[in-house]
Amino acid sequence: MYKYILKRLAWMIPIILGVSVIIFLILSLTPGDPGTFILGAGGTQADVDELNHKLGYDLPAWQRYFKYMFGVVRLDFGTSYMTKLPVLDEIVAKVPVSVSVAFLGILTSLLIGIPLGVLSAVKQYSLLDAIPTFLAIFLAAAPSFWVGLMLMVLFSVKLGWLPSQGITSIKGYIMPMLSLGLIYGAQTLRFTRSSMLETIRQDYVRTAKAKGASKQAVIWKHAMQNALLPVITVTGNNFGALLGGAIVTETLYGLPGLGTYIVAGIKSKDIPVVMGGTISLAILFSIVMLLMDLLYAYVDPRIKAKYAGSKG
Amino acid sequence: MKETLLEVTDLVVKYKTDLETVSAVNGISFNLNKGETLGIVGETGAGKTTTALTILKLLPERVGIIENGRILFEGKDLLSLSERDMMKMRGDKISMIFQDPMSSLNPVHTIGAQIAEALKLHNEKNRTKEQLETRVDEVLEMVGIPPSRKGDYPHQFSGGMKQRVVIAIALACEPDLLIADEPTTALDVTIQAQVLMLMRELRDRLQTAMILITHDLGVVAQMCDRVAVMYAGELVETGTLKDIFTGERHHPYTKGLFGSIPKLNGESKSPLSPIEGLMPDPTDLPAGCSFYPRCPHASEQCLLKQSDAILSSTHTVRCRLFGKEA
Ligand SMILES: Nc1ncnc2c1ncn2[C@@H]1O[C@H](COP(=O)(O)OP(=O)(O)OP(=O)(O)O)[C@@H](O)[C@H]1O
Ligand SMILES: [Mg+2]
Repeated sequence: MYKYILKRLAWMIPIILGVSVIIFLILSLTPGDPGTFILGAGGTQADVDELNHKLGYDLPAWQRYFKYMFGVVRLDFGTSYMTKLPVLDEIVAKVPVSVSVAFLGILTSLLIGIPLGVLSAVKQYSLLDAIPTFLAIFLAAAPSFWVGLMLMVLFSVKLGWLPSQGITSIKGYIMPMLSLGLIYGAQTLRFTRSSMLETIRQDYVRTAKAKGASKQAVIWKHAMQNALLPVITVTGNNFGALLGGAIVTETLYGLPGLGTYIVAGIKSKDIPVVMGGTISLAILFSIVMLLMDLLYAYVDPRIKAKYAGSKG
Repeated sequence: MKETLLEVTDLVVKYKTDLETVSAVNGISFNLNKGETLGIVGETGAGKTTTALTILKLLPERVGIIENGRILFEGKDLLSLSERDMMKMRGDKISMIFQDPMSSLNPVHTIGAQIAEALKLHNEKNRTKEQLETRVDEVLEMVGIPPSRKGDYPHQFSGGMKQRVVIAIALACEPDLLIADEPTTALDVTIQAQVLMLMRELRDRLQTAMILITHDLGVVAQMCDRVAVMYAGELVETGTLKDIFTGERHHPYTKGLFGSIPKLNGESKSPLSPIEGLMPDPTDLPAGCSFYPRCPHASEQCLLKQSDAILSSTHTVRCRLFGKEA
């Protein structure tokens, strides 16, 4: 098992290299240079060239890449072209925001989705199935900015309970959490429901009934753990995607997260920001995936056996 | 005179879905004495598993519907028992071994836990945890699995061993009736023989009555005291092992079935000759004898509802050919 974890951690190096090369290539192949972006329409060609020279942008792309990566190895992610702040400091400030928003959102989605998903599976064909399923489909179809806006209208405008922007107080996290929780909860619900419906038709569930187990015991002791396996996979993917991808939510609620940071960097061709942001995202993503795999192995002995058996 | 354990009368079971109604079991009746083994044989789709699930009241909810009949177990009417009382029966008085051992065990629980669960659910004697664990060891030993492996998960066992675990679960509480639904079909031939021998041994030791469902007449010959031949949800012939295997007078379907297998003593006279044609569509059964469309002796009388002809005190056949001798 430890070997497996070490192996997975070691795998992060090629992943980071791969991601960084691809992002760097894309940035180099797209037109425009940082000098023009920073100086805007007012700058003369000479000013632009001088600025590009100062930023090291006049070197060939491969040289810039190696220079940048040598910095990264020494934990120097460069300085933002736009803000002139060290990228590492900004990332260190933004990662906790992104991680907590993603974590709280996913946690809420599980708290909503799993119990309701199980309920609607167990009570299939009844109102207790129809209502949650309808709401889930409705929420899944609704655009996420709309859900976020509606929450804002309710809690900030009408009730005045929560701030509409920023995270100056802990209250600021509540709406992003609810908004993501509802959207992803809807997905978790549908997933849990179909997984549970499939699981309760399995032979081993019938075996448990034939032993004399009650319906409740069958659901919670026998079906639950098996039904949650696919839900874990989806949740892991959602969590990873949310770390850098909650851009709509971050923008809507004015959250200083990684997603908006990278997008802003892309818009202004702020290469160190985009590179630093993407690399930290790749690292976070790899860690989340590893944690999910470990959780999966914990829940499913078949998977655990496979990891324990894998050598090197 | 042997004591009757199970008495099934006029059982009718249907599967009703939005699209269709499947007449899976159409008025079957049979008895089973204490300690006796009844074989139920018949083609796929004959309604064998449905019959078994009905006795345990484990038919799929909403879809599987018992339309008529009575099931008396030790004099108690199972069909009128509450779900709570039925739970006490399942696993304790009546156990079942299902068709496929590969999928019958929960992949995320150890086999020890799965056996212990059956014991805990029926722990009238209030045995302590240690006593239950001792019993788990005993049961595992009984089916020939080293108790040291009780912490292992199903995926760590071979198919034959899984089926032993399934048998261990079914026999853990020493039930009065064991229903085994094709317990060896999914296993390869050598393992089949081992598992059958084990079941016979345990049955004899524990005096368990058994309903053995199978396609395999060889298995019937080895294991059963009496045989019921099932066709399209009806029992077309019932008799002792001797009645069925050696008697002269049989239902045409039984004849067909036996024509397609080797003889009891192993010498195979005719090559395998499966019966021509298919079983009738269970959503649209013919009015009279359901074997009529495939029967070499079919006549117009077969279009009428058939009743059982009693050939001897143990042997009945549902066919008009024997009607006059009733
Ligand atoms: N859940 C279900 N819903 C609808 N029809 C069903 C269901 N289960 C079984 N049937 C139908 O009921 C009939 C009897 O099925 P059953 O499983 O009892 O047959 P069987 O004799 O056990 O067959 P096999 O030898 O293949 O196991 C078949 O026509 C089958 O298609
Ligand atoms: Mg069957």
